[in-house]
Amino acid sequence: MKKRTFLAGVAATALATAAFAGSHGDGPVKAGFIYVGPIGDGGWTYQHDQGRLAVEAEFGDQVETVYQETVPEGADAERAITQMALQGADIIFTTSFGYMDPTINVAAKFPNVKFEHATGYKTADNVATYDARFYEGRAVIGTIAGHMTESNKIGYIASFPIPEVIQGINSAYLHAKKVNPDVEMSVVWVYTWFDPAKEADAAKALIENGVDVIMQHTDSTAPQAAAAEAEGTVYTFGQASDMGAYAPVPRISSIIDEWSPYYIERVRAVLDGTWESGRHWGGIAEGEVVIGEISEAVPEEVRAEALALRDAIAAGEYHPFTGPINKQDGTPWLAEGEVATDEELLGLNFYVEGITAEIPN
Amino acid sequence: MIRLEKRAAPSRTWSYLTPLVAVIATMIAGGLMFAALGKDPVEAIRTIFWDPLFGEFAFYYRGQLLVKAGPLILIAIGLALGFRAGIWNIGAEGQYIMGAICGAAVGLAFYPMEARWLIFPLMILGGAVGGFLWAMIPGILKTRFNTNEILVSLLLVYVAEQILASMSLGLLRNPEGAGFPGSRNLRQYESAANNELIAGTGMHWGVVAALIAVIFAYILLSRHIMGFNIRLTGESPRAARFAGVNPNRLILFCLGLSGALAGLAGLFEVAGPAGQISIDFNVGYGFTAIIVAFLGRLHPIGILLAGLLMALTYIGGEAAQSSLGLPSAAIQAFQGMLLFFLLAFDVLTHFRVKFGREAAA
Repeated sequence: MKKRTFLAGVAATALATAAFAGSHGDGPVKAGFIYVGPIGDGGWTYQHDQGRLAVEAEFGDQVETVYQETVPEGADAERAITQMALQGADIIFTTSFGYMDPTINVAAKFPNVKFEHATGYKTADNVATYDARFYEGRAVIGTIAGHMTESNKIGYIASFPIPEVIQGINSAYLHAKKVNPDVEMSVVWVYTWFDPAKEADAAKALIENGVDVIMQHTDSTAPQAAAAEAEGTVYTFGQASDMGAYAPVPRISSIIDEWSPYYIERVRAVLDGTWESGRHWGGIAEGEVVIGEISEAVPEEVRAEALALRDAIAAGEYHPFTGPINKQDGTPWLAEGEVATDEELLGLNFYVEGITAEIPN
Repeated sequence: MIRLEKRAAPSRTWSYLTPLVAVIATMIAGGLMFAALGKDPVEAIRTIFWDPLFGEFAFYYRGQLLVKAGPLILIAIGLALGFRAGIWNIGAEGQYIMGAICGAAVGLAFYPMEARWLIFPLMILGGAVGGFLWAMIPGILKTRFNTNEILVSLLLVYVAEQILASMSLGLLRNPEGAGFPGSRNLRQYESAANNELIAGTGMHWGVVAALIAVIFAYILLSRHIMGFNIRLTGESPRAARFAGVNPNRLILFCLGLSGALAGLAGLFEVAGPAGQISIDFNVGYGFTAIIVAFLGRLHPIGILLAGLLMALTYIGGEAAQSSLGLPSAAIQAFQGMLLFFLLAFDVLTHFRVKFGREAAA
């Protein structure tokens, strides 16, 4: 028994080395995608899958794409990624924060496969990261939210207390406050990226507490559906995807993640043999963060103000985190005119002054 | 006309046959479903059941099979003992989480000291104690106040999930993790890592523990007075009381043992495949183990086989998703069919199928 296990181990190692060393031959480039939700979530994963389809449309026969949906973050992710690499993928996009360590682990075993991890901070020779400046979009919808609220209570359905999410909360609050000094923000943490039931519960709880504008950093349309029941008295914003089915109310605008340009660029780099590791962080200017149509429920002057803000961000004239901004405890963060650095934003772990909630700790 | 006639005693033959018949029926019904989805049913079934064992990449999948089956078997063995005695611990998922937290906490408390001979055994102890204590809550509530252990143990799963989130964000958070939730990676901490014993085989201490548990449970049930008491209580609680079985002691024994085993499974998972305490560390092993226990007829050897079969549907199902483009929901439906057919064919264990009219009484 012992001998057999040992032999199996040796055989496995030998085979593994052979398989792990192999790269694609003359066939089409194979691009793999690991999704955290179902492709029909109508939000985050849906948008990534649109990016995959754009890659197929762009390159036709030169590229073959594969994907696996609803992959849990953790031990199972490592297997799913390994599986894709074994099946001959040349480039693998892992599209959720929790795939960070698994991606790095698998990448170490497959030096010839390129990996692209969304929203993380660890890179390697064959692992690049990419992310979008969602906080730019939050500034725009925060402005709209500040104008639209009657009760002066804005709700925020948050997923996990990681910098990306905290950036969004801070940005939305700062810009709502700028146009409406009386605004208050309630944050509900649901600890999931996609769970329609939990998201709906969070939305209902917020509405019961008098919130009349809800923003979300979760992927399903459940909060939109919950708000729709309030019959026009509660407004929401599409998240990741346009969620246009809920327009004109409750969905009054949206932040759309547009991954297609990046995916096409990176797959082309693999085709050309010019792929290199790096960190990519695009925003409104790069067309990666798109503000969806602002519906007729929003007054004309508010629409104009929101669009002007969007254009100023796109032109690089305005940064959503421009001082003076204090931290929640009142200590100064950014001085007058000072702009937050990317490093500060990528490690953001505090609220700005005025938010009364606490980051779970 | 078809009639069902109750058997005087459950049929032993059918009790062994039904799992096999259920698997075959699942293959047929699943094949029809895959065909309806426009996939080649034979290829889909081959990808799920054959390729992970004997296909091109079997060297990788066989190990993963053990990784996936290990915790399922370990938990199911404990649950089955209780189920046999009519003690329904539905909350193994919570005990699994608490075992992982306690075990990981023990390991992290020693960081960065290196003393594997001391730290790893203490972590194992911590894992077992964590799961044991969590299971004692429904146990003591039942023996003292006659509460329903099904409800209490199930609801404690949600409490455990909240504690898990709080631990990942607070007490056990990696101080060098740039504010991101999740503990240090135990796999990178020599003294605490539960790595593969032989590289590439998937064999880690958790799998070893599962095998030991199978043997231990087999001996307990067939040779030990406690095993006799368990079986007697399950078959006839009144007879058991006359025979001098103390029902409270039995409840605490069964719940405690299943809790400790679930806790062990959690510890081995967190120190091995998962690597760290994170918000969504648990992926439902505690619930799937209930299916495994029944699929294995609550018999230790049966559970061993059922755990491997269940793992096969997971691994093969994932492979089918990425290589054939099957939706993840189809795989879940496929696994659901297995339980459905098992329960459906179980009728044959207790009833005899008769054709023709019932003889006039």
